[in-house]
Formats: sequence, C-alpha cells, structure tokens
Amino acid sequence: MMFTIFRDLFRSRRSFAAGVVLLAFVLIIAAASLVSPYPPNDSFVVPPDLAPSWPHILGTTSRGQDVFWQLTFAIRNTLLFGFIVALVSRIIALAVGLVSGYAGGLTDRVLMSINDTFIVIPLFPILVLFYFVMRDRMSWTLLALAMACLGWAYDARLIRSLAMSLRTREFTDTSIFSGMSTRQILTQEHMPYVLPIVFSTTMNNINWSIGLEVTLSVLGFTDINTPTIGVMIYWANQHTAMVAGIWWWIFFPVALVVITFIGLFLLAVSMNEYIDPRSRLSRAAA
Amino acid sequence: MKGYATYLLGRLGQFVLVVFIGINIAFIVTHATPIDPVEQSIAATTQFGSTNPEAIALMRQSLRELYGLQGGLWDQYLAFWKRMAVGDFGPSLSAFPTPVRVLIGRALPWTVGLLLVSTVISWMLGNLLGGLAGYYRNNKVLWLAGIVAMAFHPIPYYIVAFVLLIVFGYVWPVLPISGGYTMNMQPAFEPAFVASLLKHSILPVLSLVLVGLGGWFMGMRSLVSNVVTEDYVTYAELGGVESRRILASYVMRNALVPQVTGLAMSLGAMFTGAIITEQVFGYPGLGTLLVSAVHAGDYSLVLGITSVSIVAVSVAVLAVDLLYPFLDPRVRTAG
Repeated sequence: MMFTIFRDLFRSRRSFAAGVVLLAFVLIIAAASLVSPYPPNDSFVVPPDLAPSWPHILGTTSRGQDVFWQLTFAIRNTLLFGFIVALVSRIIALAVGLVSGYAGGLTDRVLMSINDTFIVIPLFPILVLFYFVMRDRMSWTLLALAMACLGWAYDARLIRSLAMSLRTREFTDTSIFSGMSTRQILTQEHMPYVLPIVFSTTMNNINWSIGLEVTLSVLGFTDINTPTIGVMIYWANQHTAMVAGIWWWIFFPVALVVITFIGLFLLAVSMNEYIDPRSRLSRAAA
Repeated sequence: MKGYATYLLGRLGQFVLVVFIGINIAFIVTHATPIDPVEQSIAATTQFGSTNPEAIALMRQSLRELYGLQGGLWDQYLAFWKRMAVGDFGPSLSAFPTPVRVLIGRALPWTVGLLLVSTVISWMLGNLLGGLAGYYRNNKVLWLAGIVAMAFHPIPYYIVAFVLLIVFGYVWPVLPISGGYTMNMQPAFEPAFVASLLKHSILPVLSLVLVGLGGWFMGMRSLVSNVVTEDYVTYAELGGVESRRILASYVMRNALVPQVTGLAMSLGAMFTGAIITEQVFGYPGLGTLLVSAVHAGDYSLVLGITSVSIVAVSVAVLAVDLLYPFLDPRVRTAG
C-alpha cells in the first residue's frame, strides 16, 4: 500500500521525484558521518585553511577540520533535530486537533483560542529569552523540546478541520453505538484519516524547526559544541571566514541546507496536491 | 450590526488571551532557570569596568522585582504583571541608566516600518501574481515567476538575508549592507537623508519579500484556480463580462478573504523574520537590539523586548481582524 502510493507519486509528479532525489543526496551525506575518519569535536586534525582539493574535497576550516566530514556530522544533527521537533509536536498537534474537532462546542472553542494564540505569538524572542536564562545549560535536546512545545499549533488547526468532518460521518456513530470509548474512536477510527495530511505537514514543520535552529545557532544562541549546520556557520563567522577568503567554509553548509529545505518543501507540496481531493478528480479525468 | 459587535468582542477576547498567554510564557521561561539570573547579569555587566555601588543596588532592586525573586511565587507573579501593565522594565544594564522603555521606543519604529513595508509589498505582489497565475494558467512568464517565488519560500529568513549580504557585500558591493542610514548623518526630513534611508532598507526589505512572496503566491493561485470553476464565474463568462473584470471583481475579491485571515495568522512568523533580518543587516530595530542585549547580558532589555514583541504582534493581528469585516460582508450581517 505505502509502496504503491510512493511509486504513483514518484511517477506522476516531477516535484515529488525531485524532492526524493534531493533528500536522498542529503541523507547519504548524513550517513557518511558513520565512517568519518575524524571525531566531530576534535580540531586541528588536518592542516587549516586548505582550499577544496584531494583529499579534503571541500577544503578545511581555520580550526583545522575537514569541511566535508564536519558537514556530515552537522547535517546529521540538523536533520535529527528537525525530526525530533516534528515527532513531539505531531503528538501534541494530533491530540489537540482530534479532540477539538471531535468534541466541538466549548472544548473546541477553548482549545482553538489557545491554538490561535500559539500561531500568533512571535517565537523567536521567546526562544532567545529561553537561551538567555539557560545559558550554558542550554542543550540541543532542550531546544528541540522547547520548539516542539511552541510549534504544533498550525497543524493542530488543520487536523481539527478534518476531524470536524469525520465527526459527522456515519462510521463515527456506528463506533459510538458499538460502545467504543472516545479515546478508541479517536486513535483507531479517526487517526488513520488524518495521517496523510500529518505526513505532508511534517515536512513543513521540519523545515520550520531547522530554519529556526540554524538562525539561533548562527547567532551562538545554542549549545555551540554540538555540530549542526548553524553551528558550522557560527564558527566560520567567528573566524571571519568571508573576509579571510575561506569561502568554502560558508558556501558548502549553506548550499547543503538549502538543498534540504527545497527537498522537504517539494515533498510537502507534491504530497499535499496528491492528497487534495480536487486535484485527485482532475487527475482521474486526465 | 449585532453580528459585527459579536465579532469584535470575539477578536478582542482573542487579543487579551494572546497577550495573557504570551506574558505567562515569558514568566515561566524566566522562572525555569536553576541559576540566579540577577546575580549572573550583574556579574556580567560589572566585569567590564567598575560601576558605582549605588547603581548596582538600584539594578539589583529592579531586577529582583522584575524577575520575581521577592516574596512567594504568587507575589512574584503579581509584581511581574504590575511591571508589564505599565511597561516599566527598569533601567537597561548595558546602557545604564537609560530606561529599557526608551531603548525599545527608539528601535520599535524601525521594526514596524520594515515589517509594514515588506508585508504590504509581499502580500500584494504575491496575491496579484498568484491570482493572475491561477487565472491565466498557460502563461509562461507567470509560471516562471511562480517557480522563482516557490524556490525562495522554504529557505529561512536568516539564510536568504545572509546570502544577500555576501552577494552585495563581497561579490558585488553596490548596496549598503549595514545600518539604517549613512553613519554620521543627522536624521532629518531632507532628500539626502531619505535617500540614504531608502538605500539602506533595500536589502532587508528584499530578503523579507523574497521569502514571503511564495506563500501568498501559492495560496492565491490555488484559491483562484478553485474559484474559476464556480458556476457564477462560468455564468459571467457566458454573459460576456470582460475577463479583466471577472478576474478583479468576481474571482480575486472572493479569493482574497481567506488570504486576509492568513495574513493575521502569519504576522507572528513574519515578525520573527523581520527581527532576524534586521540582525543580519545591523538594522537599528528590535532584532539588532535583542541580539546585542543577549551578548551584553542585559536581562531587563531581553525581557522587555520579548514582552513588547508579544504585545506588538497581538495589536497588529487585532488591526487586521478589525479590517476583515470590510472585506467580508458576511461578518457584518451574520447573527
């Protein structure tokens, strides 16, 4: 089932195929971190400031690190970060969205007011404030959890609108009459219907969290000892790499993260179109 | 009219809730730390040169009040709100004795201006191009515009701004990449100053527009391509209404309604984008102030900026919400 959908998508949508290819490229680079000859946090293991050439294909940094191997750790941590934020925020979004749409009435109104608040609140100053009070205790996991707690609202609203229509379907009534508890109805009956849209919004959520993580890291507002794409750019800026002409230290991380963003975005857009019933109809007609 | 009043009350309630939850998050965050932030901030500011003991005592007093370290948790909470309500964040630690309020007041107009200009440009341009692209689906130029807008859309503000900085700062240095106007120039309402102001705003505005455009474009294109299949549009076409008029008053007008809701929903994210962009270009707004406040260990300033950001975005959302009924007559007559 999953496989057929995947094959359909891959064949019918060029944007999906392009997204898959781009992400596969990024994942291969991340996987290469497993065979890296250098530990991620060691500096001065190779001669500093070498331009891209064999054996350091993407050059070396002013801190004596190989850009390519550093990049493999950075992109791996960055992807993992986005994945964790997406996973945790998905759980909150599903819970809020399904309950809100199913319960309706006052519960729905209260939950959606809170939801809209989280959509509107400017997150960046809050995350900066969070870093400010945590300082050295700020860790990669803590930031991921904080962002998951702040970044679920947009998807919860989407899930809720689907859950509202599921509530009026006949099978919901059948489940109620057959004695299923609300929790069972939501997790066993309604959840499968909203999962496709959850998959597509996951890509956007990963994009969002990686974007903020890069921003916070470049400013030095995270744990700067865990290599991520943002932390790499942070160190390059600390060593004024652009002025010193060490362009490869900045160019390759930026290029790789841009490839990641576009890949995830293409997947989200093409999956969204695939799920959308209107475009399904036009596909059937064509 | 009754419908309008209910709508207004609902939006006002939402506004109060956003401010309430936002400030509560700020309170929780400032109290989540296991270290004593007051002593830490004072240590951070006094380590560079000597400060007179009176000033330190005053700082400690206002910080203790602000970050709720006097009395029980409930007293702390009430004291926190009292300060918030009057907008008194005490003196800034890094620019002592200038009050935080003055520093924020100086920076806020820059952020508001930048956000307003870039939002208006990207929202209007995105909706116009998206609407045209949805209506004239076979137009090659519009198709290409869509590809460009969508390529920039998923890239975060910071990266786009950073790349523009590199391109126009190092590769092809034709535009100023730092500051709000030429250094040593007296701010005055005269052509030279206005020109310098505009020139310095090009790159920040450009990066915000590049990122923001794609979302509005895609939203409007899909909305319009749904509206054009509606019966009333076909009817208008059969009735011989000019296609330009169909697009403007039959299709776009209807499709714009959800885009205004979208605008209110995305103001928070756009504000975040604006202050990030400011920081890249050293634009003298809240973003630059926030980052320098963190580096200087200026606790009152960081908290002040966070709180003001929450209130400012809520006000902007409320403003969009209040304009909404003028576009959607259903809100005015319902109920």
